[in-house]
Amino acid sequence: MEKNTNIIDKSSDIGKKISRRDILKTAGVGGVGVILGASGLGGLLSITESKATTKEAHEIVPFYGKQQSGITTKTQNHVYFVSLDVTTSKKEDLVQLFKDWTKASALLSEGKAVGDLSSNEFLPPKDTGEAAGLSASNLTVTFGVGPSLFVKDSQDRFGLKHKQPSELVDLPKFPLDALEDEWTGGDLCIQACADDLQVAFHAVRNLIRIARGKAILRWAQTGFQRTKQADSKNETPRNLFGFKDGSINPDVNDEKEMNKQVWVQPGDGPDWLVNGSYLVVRRIQMFIEVWDRSTLKEQENTFGRYRDSGAPFGKKNEFDPLDLKHKNDKGEYSLPVNSHTRLSHGDGSQQILRRAYSYSDGMDLKTGSFDAGLLFLCFQRSPSKQFIPIQNRLAKMDKLNEYTSHKGSAIFACLPGTKPGGFIGETLFN
Amino acid sequence: MKLLKVSGTIILSSSLLFGCASNAEKTSTSEKVKAKAPTSQAELTGVTDEYRAYAIGEIEAFVKATDAFTTAVKNGAIEQAKSLYGPARMHYERAEPIAEVFGDLDPKIDAREGDVPEAEWGGYHRIEKGLWIDKTTKGYEQYAEQLMKDVNLLRAKVDTVEVTPELLITGAVDLLNEVSTSKVTGEEDRYSHTDLYDFAANVEGAEKIYQLLAPALKKKDEAVAKEIEARFTDVYNLLNQHKKGEGYKLYTELSEGEVKGLSQAIDALAEPLSQIGLVTEAS
Repeated sequence: MEKNTNIIDKSSDIGKKISRRDILKTAGVGGVGVILGASGLGGLLSITESKATTKEAHEIVPFYGKQQSGITTKTQNHVYFVSLDVTTSKKEDLVQLFKDWTKASALLSEGKAVGDLSSNEFLPPKDTGEAAGLSASNLTVTFGVGPSLFVKDSQDRFGLKHKQPSELVDLPKFPLDALEDEWTGGDLCIQACADDLQVAFHAVRNLIRIARGKAILRWAQTGFQRTKQADSKNETPRNLFGFKDGSINPDVNDEKEMNKQVWVQPGDGPDWLVNGSYLVVRRIQMFIEVWDRSTLKEQENTFGRYRDSGAPFGKKNEFDPLDLKHKNDKGEYSLPVNSHTRLSHGDGSQQILRRAYSYSDGMDLKTGSFDAGLLFLCFQRSPSKQFIPIQNRLAKMDKLNEYTSHKGSAIFACLPGTKPGGFIGETLFN
Repeated sequence: MKLLKVSGTIILSSSLLFGCASNAEKTSTSEKVKAKAPTSQAELTGVTDEYRAYAIGEIEAFVKATDAFTTAVKNGAIEQAKSLYGPARMHYERAEPIAEVFGDLDPKIDAREGDVPEAEWGGYHRIEKGLWIDKTTKGYEQYAEQLMKDVNLLRAKVDTVEVTPELLITGAVDLLNEVSTSKVTGEEDRYSHTDLYDFAANVEGAEKIYQLLAPALKKKDEAVAKEIEARFTDVYNLLNQHKKGEGYKLYTELSEGEVKGLSQAIDALAEPLSQIGLVTEAS
């Protein structure tokens, strides 16, 4: 009953408030008759179609494409990341799962429910419902496969062993790694990013529900960035240490650059991964209490940047090129040799596409401190030539290590994209 | 999976649905749900009769087992009482969809500490605390006496229960939800740690309902039925790993990983089992 009243209220403001989707949804629930009589559904649709879809189109990231979305997509406000263990031992179950996931994700990324609204009261609704009426919020859903999907406990679980890329292996142990099992590894991953956390959660929840009996959660982590509303100037987001993070990132609009740094190319390894990308995830706890009692000078030396402007030492602006050679009057490099910026950059030959989010998970039960930090997500064409050498440098001498601890880690091969009618994973499983 | 456009509440017809009050409020429901007679109505009626017989059988066994248990308590045979506790409760847990219909009796028989005011707390769990925490039967004779009375009353009342298809449809998943929310956490039998007995009994009770509805379900969706059966097998395989002699290990003997494994297996089973309402759809 309440629904009808809503519609009438809204109809006074038609075009702005009701999208075509809303109407269809409501019609599905029944009880749209009131408006039908008053204005005729056809007319109503034609009014809303033009205005509402243009507004919505800005918030929809196409799911289908040569490559998966969520990699070179402009970073959304939130992430809900999950790592999964596959429980089924049948390859056909796995294939069906990816088919079901593909269909559901295509719907979700358009802001639609994952199933028709059933009118049978004796069945649970197909869609869990918490995103009803919400915009697509630029939702992207990105799927990856981990090394353990191919071989686990020396078992060739799904007859895929011969397809495992040599790059898709567990990361080496880096100095200072403090990895915990509960935050490490996984057979599959889903990265759901959206400008609304409820929308991202809804996507993951429904995908996990679809996977029941085939795969289970291994670990899950949400992450956030400053929202677009809070940062209308769209500056580089700051991490929880208060510093701009990700100033040097390859340009996602430069296709050539993306092919060079991010997308797996023919000849790199097995063909099934062409147009896919390797994802490295690190859950990095940041000891923010400790950080907060270090001096500004110490903080800035740690990063090698000025906190306020984000400019590298010796420069004025955030995006000014690093000056690696400049020395102060004592003969020391102005950009300290153990600073995060200098070490990350190295000789500039390795680049990764970073899509990191901050996380805050309440309290660390052992210490009573915040459990907060960085959910570091980065994409690349070749981990052995990109993330691994960079991380080796950082783990050895990054001054930032005094304030952080790597608790979680995983590597996944994000599959290439697909067309309507196809499914994510088809090149691997077929 | 293809979604079925449904046209039916079907079973509404003659039988009184439990919780039909909410149904009456939603007047719009009657528009969208055309009470079309399902082809399988007769079939479902047969099923409800069979379930009724099953549940009454379990309650009868529960009366006997409770008699033995309360007698042991009254006789001060503490070890005997402890060994009878877990197995006796299984009959109740299997028939829970029926047993808990009696909102006044269920707490008297099965309330846990804190569920009801201390002064009113009696029943199985009160005696459990005596046997395992206070390590005595002394002073618990009165609880044993009252428990027997309540269980006898339950047996008498059960005859009046009307078993509807809806009771079965919601009951099957409810039994597993019981497992997910209170057995998995180990809080059901928090003194004796015999939770796995209750756990197994809930699963068996759900399986019974499934078996009764399976022929109807297979006509609507063979694949879902197959999946449910495979998941029951998974759960039983896990439970069997925790058998000890005639019964089950103590819940405290399970590792965290084993508890998580059981919990996730229940989720994997309950999801397809929640599709059991498909039997209400007109074919």
